[in-house]
Amino acid sequence: MSVRLAVEQPEGFAFTPANLEWAKTQIKKYPEGRQASAVLSLLWRAQEQIGGWLPEPALRYIADMLDMAYIRVYELVTFYTMFNLVPVGRYYVQVCGTTPCMLGGAEDIKDACRKHIGEKDHVSDDGMFSWTEVECLGACVNAPMAQINKYYYEDLTPKNFESILKRLRAGEDVEPGPQDGRQTSAPAGGPNTLTDPALYANDPSGPEPGSAGTTVMASEAKRPASKHEKGPR
Amino acid sequence: MLQDKDRIYKNLYGQHSWKLKAARARGAWDGTKEMIARGHDAINDEVKASGLRGRGGAGFPTGLKWSFMPKQSDGRPSYLAVNADESEPGTCKDRDIMRHDPHLLIEGALLAAFAMRAHTSYIYIRGEFIAEREILQAAIDEAYDAKLIGKNNINGWDFELYVHHGAGAYICGEETALLESLEGKKGQPRLKPPFPANCGLYGAPTTVNNVETISSVPDILRRGATWYASLGRPNNTGIKLYCISGHVNTPCVVEEEMGVPLRELIDHYGGGVRGGWDNLLAVIPGGSSVPCIPASEANDLPMDFDSLKAVNTALGTGGVIVMDKSTDMIAAIARLSYFYKHESCGQCTPCREGTGWMWRVLERMVKGEAEKSEIDMLLDVTHQVEGHTICALGDAAAWPVQGLIRHFRHVIEERIDAQATKPIPASVPVAAE
Repeated sequence: MSVRLAVEQPEGFAFTPANLEWAKTQIKKYPEGRQASAVLSLLWRAQEQIGGWLPEPALRYIADMLDMAYIRVYELVTFYTMFNLVPVGRYYVQVCGTTPCMLGGAEDIKDACRKHIGEKDHVSDDGMFSWTEVECLGACVNAPMAQINKYYYEDLTPKNFESILKRLRAGEDVEPGPQDGRQTSAPAGGPNTLTDPALYANDPSGPEPGSAGTTVMASEAKRPASKHEKGPR
Repeated sequence: MLQDKDRIYKNLYGQHSWKLKAARARGAWDGTKEMIARGHDAINDEVKASGLRGRGGAGFPTGLKWSFMPKQSDGRPSYLAVNADESEPGTCKDRDIMRHDPHLLIEGALLAAFAMRAHTSYIYIRGEFIAEREILQAAIDEAYDAKLIGKNNINGWDFELYVHHGAGAYICGEETALLESLEGKKGQPRLKPPFPANCGLYGAPTTVNNVETISSVPDILRRGATWYASLGRPNNTGIKLYCISGHVNTPCVVEEEMGVPLRELIDHYGGGVRGGWDNLLAVIPGGSSVPCIPASEANDLPMDFDSLKAVNTALGTGGVIVMDKSTDMIAAIARLSYFYKHESCGQCTPCREGTGWMWRVLERMVKGEAEKSEIDMLLDVTHQVEGHTICALGDAAAWPVQGLIRHFRHVIEERIDAQATKPIPASVPVAAE
């Protein structure tokens, strides 16, 4: 989150052809004349394409595309905290600091960030990391937690968190989700509910391979548009 | 205690696949067409009879809310907006529905939209839930491919369902802020009236419902209002997802009957308070916006709307934040005050200025650098914020502080006394800085 435009700005901005196609499908989700509704998703896609932040030309590009006044877009990127107006590290670490995570030890995770990345809101010298503190990310039973680019890393301890940072720095993929081996939001050691096999008599499926995968933000931009993300009317 | 056979969320933890085939095998999309054939009003009446109250925090009766929607269109379309902007500290239940049982939500959205004569629905999901959004979109794609939703679908009600994401703003969980954000604006709440059912999204009739509310509708209709109403107690019927976080041995999300005793939630599902029940200091029973209660009131307290109201707190979202005796209560509530300061949309002066003011005073109280008279001044300010803002964020910021002063005034006073014996620091910030 930032409220001032970066001092150094690139010359211009344009969506890649794939992202431009995708943007059209987003606009079509909304009724005629209501194209401004797509602004948050387009800004987010632009931020992904650039690698984690929004330069001024991108704001103007999207405002023009949606026929919005520039100020209407500027005021959005300072209101919504997920937009960055200055560059971030290749891995952008957002540590949740709100009370449930604070009770779980978020202060220790922030200390680990200071130790292994540096000051808050500063990109590390190798460009690999930057970190910030954010408000509740909605994974409170898996506290403390942090979002790194797209994914949630949960049930953190200073030790497993440091190991995540080290492995990311070494170019490895790290499986998101709980880092203590438990299944999502189930109690550690396994649930004492949903144990009746009759519930699953017709459902032999096991867990879906999780949301795990590459953690590099740029990969999101390559994802083809969902085929049903097309307009009403 | 809720039996497995009565559970709605059979894949709460993702032990099984979220995909359509598996969801169907667990009972989703069963008899949807027949339910729709019963007609708009029959569905609305069934939901009314079930006693379902909104699961997003306010607990407004769902069937009644739906009945505010126009029965005859004046030319404007009707919309259903599903509130998936789950951001209340202590709450992480909708996330589990969307990533593990998204088809319950999709089917519920179709049925709710049909009951309200809406052909279009938007699910407003918080921006940070990126993986959850991808799963939800993939599940919607599956439903389109199977012709369960969309134009000329097999269920007999044309229905378009879109995922719309936010970009980091707690306030967008307030229903009119959500609509503003959906329109591509800053999420600043609207004055009411007009209410969304008259003038909502794009000026058209709109109802905003929480994810948990909508996703419990298919099971209510399949198993009948009588089944749902048989759980819990009158005016507090049915099933709720509780999120148990903080100082418990096994924090988790769990589905339980309304009115389950707080201690049973903590002991049976949360694995007990860290260090044993006697080590419990306080509980915030319904997400960060509700006042805390001390351990002495927590024991067999039934977790439902009316029981919690009776002890001056609220069920809210069902986010149970447990704090043991190692907790610095003032610091815990000060951190919540910082949250509300951070998330105030800035529209109303009492909230914009008051949230920051309350946070700064509490930060001083954490260190004991305050006057005892400031405790009453702080309480007075909470009452000046409460009820004097367009939306309930002002109330939500005031209540945790009121809870702190109501039950832990002695802790603040002791801290001030302890600090008073130390030398005074060079500059003590004044309250109204």
